[in-house]
Amino acid sequence: MDLVDGLRPAMLRIARMYVSSVAVAEEVVQDAWVGVLRGLDGFEGRSSLRTWILRILVNVAKTRGVREGRSVPFASLAGDDLDRPSWDPSAFLGPEAEWAGHWSTFPPSWATIPEDRLLSAETRRLVASAIEALPPMQAEVIRLRDVLGWSSEEVRNALDLSETNQRVLLHRARAKVRQALAPYLERAT
Amino acid sequence: MSENAITCREMVELMSDYLDGALPAPERVRFETHLAGCTGCANALDQLRTTIRVAADLREERLADEQRELLRAVFRDWRRGG
Repeated sequence: MDLVDGLRPAMLRIARMYVSSVAVAEEVVQDAWVGVLRGLDGFEGRSSLRTWILRILVNVAKTRGVREGRSVPFASLAGDDLDRPSWDPSAFLGPEAEWAGHWSTFPPSWATIPEDRLLSAETRRLVASAIEALPPMQAEVIRLRDVLGWSSEEVRNALDLSETNQRVLLHRARAKVRQALAPYLERAT
Repeated sequence: MSENAITCREMVELMSDYLDGALPAPERVRFETHLAGCTGCANALDQLRTTIRVAADLREERLADEQRELLRAVFRDWRRGG
């Protein structure tokens, strides 16, 4: 019961990446649960149950997407900004400087930010909207890894990602969430 | 500056992998060597750590919302005399 309810939002979002509408995604989730129940005997425990369930979902969703005549290239899910620098380039000294590539001014320490500001509703709202704004696969990786605390291996298996892709997507997602938080957290009180 | 030293600009691109323990050993050593002597990179790494911690907070909020919703439902039933 807990597992079913807990996984539902992630299942719907992931299904929606591959199919044309929320309604179809709902059907995919239903079909995936049927697949889970059918396959349960064959579940060997080599991965966690939640990982295995999401992997079944991804397969059902991909198949359904193909049947709908949708082909969703990986790049459109992953985003086209994976190579972009994760920090404002103007924060570093240019190639003419003796210390090229080093900080021109140090980023401020966040160590002195009061805990109630870090844990404020406004901080959470900023993080949530920064994640919403990410390309879908980046959003899903950071949700599973950092919000829900899954391991990199679980996320890789669940979303059918290579190790490198998982790392790059997470790196990019974290960088953008940090950027979104900086102006608020660094604003003088 | 030694030949194979990492610049700060390169450091920030390695930080997520570093926190995940995903840097290969030689690179991790170079990363930590730089980090030990660079306040800017220490701050940047701390910012990323904080970002991850704050993201984990969303989970609790979601759970709290569900609890509230449950309470509301129970309250509605109670008022209905259920």
